[in-house]
Amino acid sequence: MIHSLFLINCSGDIFLEKHWKSVVSQSVCDYFFEAQEKAIDVENVPPVISTPHHYLISIYRDKIFFVSVIQTEVPPLFVIEFLHRVADTFQDYFGECSETAIKDNVVIVYELLEEMLDNGFPLATESNILKELIKPPTILRSVVNSITGSSNVGDTLPTGQLSNIPWRRAGVKYTNNEAYFDVIEEIDAIIDKSDTKIFNLIFNSVEESDNFCVSVASVKKFHLPLCCYLQNPRLLDDVSFHPCIRFKRWESERVLSFIPPDGNFRLISYRVSSQNLVAIPVYVKHMISFKENSSSGRFDVTIGPKQNMGKTVEGVVMTVHMPKAVLNMNLTATQGSYTFDPVTKVLTWDVGKITPQKLPNLKGIVNLQSGAPKPEENPSLNIQFKIQQLAISGLKVNRLDMYGEKYKPFKGVKYITKAGKFQVRT
Amino acid sequence: MLSLPPVQKLLRQLPAGSAGQPKPPVGGDTAEEVTSPVLATEARQPACYSALRADELRPLAGPEPVVATSTGPLSRHDDLKEMLDSNKDSLKLEAMKRIVAMIARGKNASDLFPAVVKNVACKNIEVKKLVYVYLVRYAEEQQDLALLSISTFQRGLKDPNQLIRASALRVLSSIRVPIIVPIMMLAIKEAASDMSPYVRKTAAHAIPKLYSLDSDQKDQLIEVIEKLLADKTTLVAGSVVMAFEEVCPERIDLIHKNYRKLCNLLIDVEEWGQVVIINMLTRYARTQFLSPNQNQESLLEESTEKAFYGSEEEDAKDAKAEAASLAKRKPYVMDPDHRLLLRNTKPLLQSRNAAVVMAVAQLYFHLAPKAEVGVIAKALVRLLRSHSEVQYVVLQNVATMSIKRRGMFEPYLKSFYIRSTDPTQIKILKLEVLTNLANETNISTILREFQTYIRSMDKDFVAATIQAIGRCATNIGKVRDTCLNGLVQLLSNRDELVVAESVVVIKKLLQMQPAQHSEIIKHMAKLTDNIQVPMARASILWLIGEYCEHVPKIAPDVLRKMAKSFTNEEDIVKLQVINLAAKLYLTNSKQSKLLTQYVLNLAKYDQNYDIRDRARFIRQLIVPTEKSGALNKYAKKLFLAQKPAPILESSFKDRDHFQLGSLSHLLNAKAVGYQELPDWPDEAPDPSVRNVEVPEWTKCTSREKRKEKVEKPFYSDSEGESGPTESADSEPESVSEESGSSSSSSSSSSGSEEEEEEEEEEEGSGEQSEDKEEEEKRPKRKEKEGSRKAAPGSPPEPGSPCSPSEEEEEEEEGVKKAKKKAAQQGRKGHAETSSEEASASESSSSGSDSGSEAEAKRKKAPPSSRAGPKEISLLDLDDFTPPPPQPIPSSSIVSTSLVTDLEGLTLTDTSLAPAMLSPAFSTVRTYELLHRMAGEGLSVEYCFSRRPFPGDPHMVAVQIQISNNTDAEVKSLRVSEPKPLSGMRIQEFPEIECLAPGDTASVVMGIDFCDSTQAANFQLCTHTRHFYVSIQPPVGELMAPVFMSENEFKKEQGKLTGMSEITEKLTLPEKCRSDHAIVQQVTLAANVGRVPCGADNEYRFAAKTVTSGSLVLITLERREGAAAQLTVNSEKMVIGTMLVKDIVQSLAQ
Repeated sequence: MIHSLFLINCSGDIFLEKHWKSVVSQSVCDYFFEAQEKAIDVENVPPVISTPHHYLISIYRDKIFFVSVIQTEVPPLFVIEFLHRVADTFQDYFGECSETAIKDNVVIVYELLEEMLDNGFPLATESNILKELIKPPTILRSVVNSITGSSNVGDTLPTGQLSNIPWRRAGVKYTNNEAYFDVIEEIDAIIDKSDTKIFNLIFNSVEESDNFCVSVASVKKFHLPLCCYLQNPRLLDDVSFHPCIRFKRWESERVLSFIPPDGNFRLISYRVSSQNLVAIPVYVKHMISFKENSSSGRFDVTIGPKQNMGKTVEGVVMTVHMPKAVLNMNLTATQGSYTFDPVTKVLTWDVGKITPQKLPNLKGIVNLQSGAPKPEENPSLNIQFKIQQLAISGLKVNRLDMYGEKYKPFKGVKYITKAGKFQVRT
Repeated sequence: MLSLPPVQKLLRQLPAGSAGQPKPPVGGDTAEEVTSPVLATEARQPACYSALRADELRPLAGPEPVVATSTGPLSRHDDLKEMLDSNKDSLKLEAMKRIVAMIARGKNASDLFPAVVKNVACKNIEVKKLVYVYLVRYAEEQQDLALLSISTFQRGLKDPNQLIRASALRVLSSIRVPIIVPIMMLAIKEAASDMSPYVRKTAAHAIPKLYSLDSDQKDQLIEVIEKLLADKTTLVAGSVVMAFEEVCPERIDLIHKNYRKLCNLLIDVEEWGQVVIINMLTRYARTQFLSPNQNQESLLEESTEKAFYGSEEEDAKDAKAEAASLAKRKPYVMDPDHRLLLRNTKPLLQSRNAAVVMAVAQLYFHLAPKAEVGVIAKALVRLLRSHSEVQYVVLQNVATMSIKRRGMFEPYLKSFYIRSTDPTQIKILKLEVLTNLANETNISTILREFQTYIRSMDKDFVAATIQAIGRCATNIGKVRDTCLNGLVQLLSNRDELVVAESVVVIKKLLQMQPAQHSEIIKHMAKLTDNIQVPMARASILWLIGEYCEHVPKIAPDVLRKMAKSFTNEEDIVKLQVINLAAKLYLTNSKQSKLLTQYVLNLAKYDQNYDIRDRARFIRQLIVPTEKSGALNKYAKKLFLAQKPAPILESSFKDRDHFQLGSLSHLLNAKAVGYQELPDWPDEAPDPSVRNVEVPEWTKCTSREKRKEKVEKPFYSDSEGESGPTESADSEPESVSEESGSSSSSSSSSSGSEEEEEEEEEEEGSGEQSEDKEEEEKRPKRKEKEGSRKAAPGSPPEPGSPCSPSEEEEEEEEGVKKAKKKAAQQGRKGHAETSSEEASASESSSSGSDSGSEAEAKRKKAPPSSRAGPKEISLLDLDDFTPPPPQPIPSSSIVSTSLVTDLEGLTLTDTSLAPAMLSPAFSTVRTYELLHRMAGEGLSVEYCFSRRPFPGDPHMVAVQIQISNNTDAEVKSLRVSEPKPLSGMRIQEFPEIECLAPGDTASVVMGIDFCDSTQAANFQLCTHTRHFYVSIQPPVGELMAPVFMSENEFKKEQGKLTGMSEITEKLTLPEKCRSDHAIVQQVTLAANVGRVPCGADNEYRFAAKTVTSGSLVLITLERREGAAAQLTVNSEKMVIGTMLVKDIVQSLAQ
């Protein structure tokens, strides 16, 4: 399926290549560079490019292009999803998926790629199995390794691959069991000019990080099932699960029952449809205008909280892509600080916390290129915010049961509501 | 980028510091030599890095001095070679790391091949792995040297560790050296019948590798694929289907037998395998089932479509389709297998993997009845929140789907609204979808949304929006005028691109109803002064020419202006000017004759030959001369004919003839290796091909299946349910199988003496070990002689659903066909006896079980199906039936023995018993290990003696009885090559030196099953032969009784609640309502000890699993009448679930 993989940085250097079948020359990437040039913006490079002998399927992650070479028919999503899995794995291993991290760990990268694909078909993609095969680098270990000459390759052969629960390592032991749930909800919304919300959905994910283990020493436990009860699961319109969740149980009882993988992972993602919607927690008053035949415009934006259930809205950041004609902006912010990048024309206003008593406001003059026609479109405002301890959909983790242990596990649940793709049209 | 000369390119890759001054190659070498060994010991990463850089410099310096290149390759990697030759693993490792780093950068390291390949047998696992990496990369180039490494892998293929076997096969098959094709073939064949599913998976992966190396092997490979397709493990399924798709996608017939199995396994297969299997099954279903929409489609779907894309062609198609559907408007009944596929794939829409979701979506789109397709919309919309590449692909597919099934996505219209931050390619696709979704009810919202888009800063996107508006206007008559007005307003837009695009779209719209819009045409005529975009100018000129009758005054004036600027125009504009001139000449020759001639003259000397040709052609056609003949008369008709309005339609129309989600669909062109999605057949092919034909076989598979499910309750749904949870189709099978076993066991419980004697004769072996046992047990159970004997006698009827698949496989391999046949013929006799038994049991059990009707029914049905057809069909079937399946864990097949009753009683009465109640029961069921026909006269049986195995408390003692029925001595009988699964251990029995003809020997061996019911596989060797055998323990034998007090029991039970607790309601049959009977049946089903209990209506038992010592607590609570509730508490949920099943089965008799 996947024939070769090239990693290319933004300036067009191929800094890593790996072939699973016979070697494909680097020159195949020229087609990619061609498309890249045509696209102008990195985001617009088509993910699938057809060349006379090959097909190139690429993803763009963290300033790196992962370009895979395909020779025969294959579902494109299959490749794309896999490439993202590769990038996730690098992230997981090196803390970041950057060019330097990859170059510094080129051998581990190679070993990982070797394990992840066999003849172009995914073999082991589960992080727990990979970590058993190839230990992630840590400072301590690299020091020890360089002294003792030992290696990062696990000396025990992993058994997880053979088990029915590939996402969990065998014989994981901790002194105490702790399960942390992060319920992170993101609001996607487009708010129209007339302040009618066009649509808004809540997307989110329950992520879980946990420590699992066994205190009875002699017993090797493999199954430590968890049951997670949600308060009002019927809210959820559409759900996707980590493979560890037992689908039947969810279907019949709306209970999440699973054997957790070791470490952080995304347990479920769900969507709450716009029907049973909850109000949007912030509102924006805006006045942006450009005068005809003059080289200036007015800019006035106020952000305020709306029905936030007593929680403070914090981490508010507004970014605006101003029209090309804008030369500079002279603004005053009552709160936070703003920056305007005259090259990319991006205005960023870091507001911070919103206090209802004194609403943050940003106001001032926009300088336009003289002689240029007035921009037709007012820019859209992209807003980010965060509300701690609130799940805006009303979802709650009610109860967490653990089986196979005598004591109550420590359970921590954190709720956060965030802005997802939250856009205000002006 | 492309044009960069190589040197420049190299320069850019250089580290900043060194780029300026080209170093002499020698400097690079010495630097490397000096620094690397030092660095190597201090810090590794930088060392490997600096080495790399120095290395990089060479190609740059290379071309200049010839000396460097000639000595270069020799001295180049000397240090690396030295390191590789050293004894220290750390040095080797360091060298390999640097080499791999070179490979990663795409640098040539092939001259190191000999030095590297030597290390293939290195002990250090990391060095080894890196050597593999190197080998796979360069073996193709250095074939001869690569051969040196082969023997290492061949050795690896024989390793007892499955992971080593697998990795050896992996590397061996990745080496693309044609000479080793036969070796690879052999290795694959061998691995395909390996015991470890992981190795079999690797074998499946190796198949396409070998195929790409040598396609002549296809036939042999297909055989292997066929064999692996029959594999029942989830691990193998995905990989083998992948191999199938690459090697022989056309051999759809191989799937028939495995179709249902694949459907049922699907949910447990790893995600990548799921994608491949689903895509393959989509194709399969298209060939095997009838279209579920054949009746409604023409009525509902296409009639709505007609309104929008109303063209004649469409109408004709409609009519045809309708006629066809009318012709066969017989009620459509969906094939149950078709339904099975749809049902089993649906949960996968919830997968976290976008590729899986997409695969299911396309399956539903292509296969599901129209009413059900809707479910996929939600999942697809969810994917839109993923990475932009995923969005891109999903939107392409949604665009195609939304043309065919608009209703499906309409509720999610707002999810396709565009944000200003989306990348342009995503915006355009979303626009496409929005346009496809537009209809009379939602058009106003969509148009309002479009208005926002038109003011966007992204001009490509604006242009696309204008086209989208045009499409909406053509498709929905109601809004045509509104759209047109809106577009006309855009004509005064400042941006030229917007105006040009609008002109083009307006032109198309006007063509539909030109008469009413002379105003707009006039307006556009004015625009010619300002608009510079050639396409727009051309469009305006065409419009004026076409409708010059509506604007008689303006047209000549426009021509005049254009004639003036003719030489400066673009080619397409010039052509349209000529066109306009010709049309005006024909309609209004008086005013435009001179102008036309002027234009034609200009065109005559144009640089473009196309324009010159056109001018010459038109001159001949319209200007009458004496030569010009008949054509002249028709000039007007030629130029001013009514032209049909263009149909603005989506570029995604009809893309659905490609399988959705495929690369070909995305590119809208057939990709290499694309398998066409076949059309539905008119007549359904024979559905019976999917039946897995032999009853015994099905029994076995269903059993196997169930076992699998039980083993991994996490994936599948069997959790907490005792009944068979398989899908509908397998239910009848499992019922029959259950009743099959129940009938045979009830036969033994009825304990008719006749049968017993028969059996005894048949078996003729069991005696000796029996005697031994007897001696031990005698004090306990003297009185019960008779019934005890019945026990060993009854079980190993080969007709019963036993014999694990492994054995079959091995037999298929090892034993020659003829022998097998002989064996089966031998068994025929048995089968008959067993069927007799079955019928006997039927009478007895139905007599006693009159209480519950259902039960009686269940029991009645199977014997007739078993006994009846079997006798007739046996002969024919046996030829292609694999040898009958073998013992299953079900301890339900038990014999009654009053000894156990007594045992139970004593336990209840005297609550003080030893903590580990070891050899508690004498009634032991014997299983066949090796039939005397298969074993060429050697017959082997085994039983679980329920005694602790001396030497290792974690092992289950298995008593083995070997009898020699040949007329020669059997020498040096021993166990060899145990191939236990991970963690499993086998303690072999001491070798039996000699076994005289007719003699029987009994030995004990210990097996640590690791608390799983996986079979233990090993070889039984004599001096001449090897037999592959396997022992599969019933779950009840994996534990040993443990004593505890009531309080302790309650305490432990309290800890094992929730998911560790499995509860099952059951109805006790009449004869099983006494305390005795209950205790006896439970203890027969499992090796457990009784726990005293205060309440009369409760029975408690406790045991510990042999390997891990986990507690297993059993509580049976009797309710009113025959009702009872069985609770098993065990943290080993798998064991718990299986145990519940077995006990329930045992009690039901």
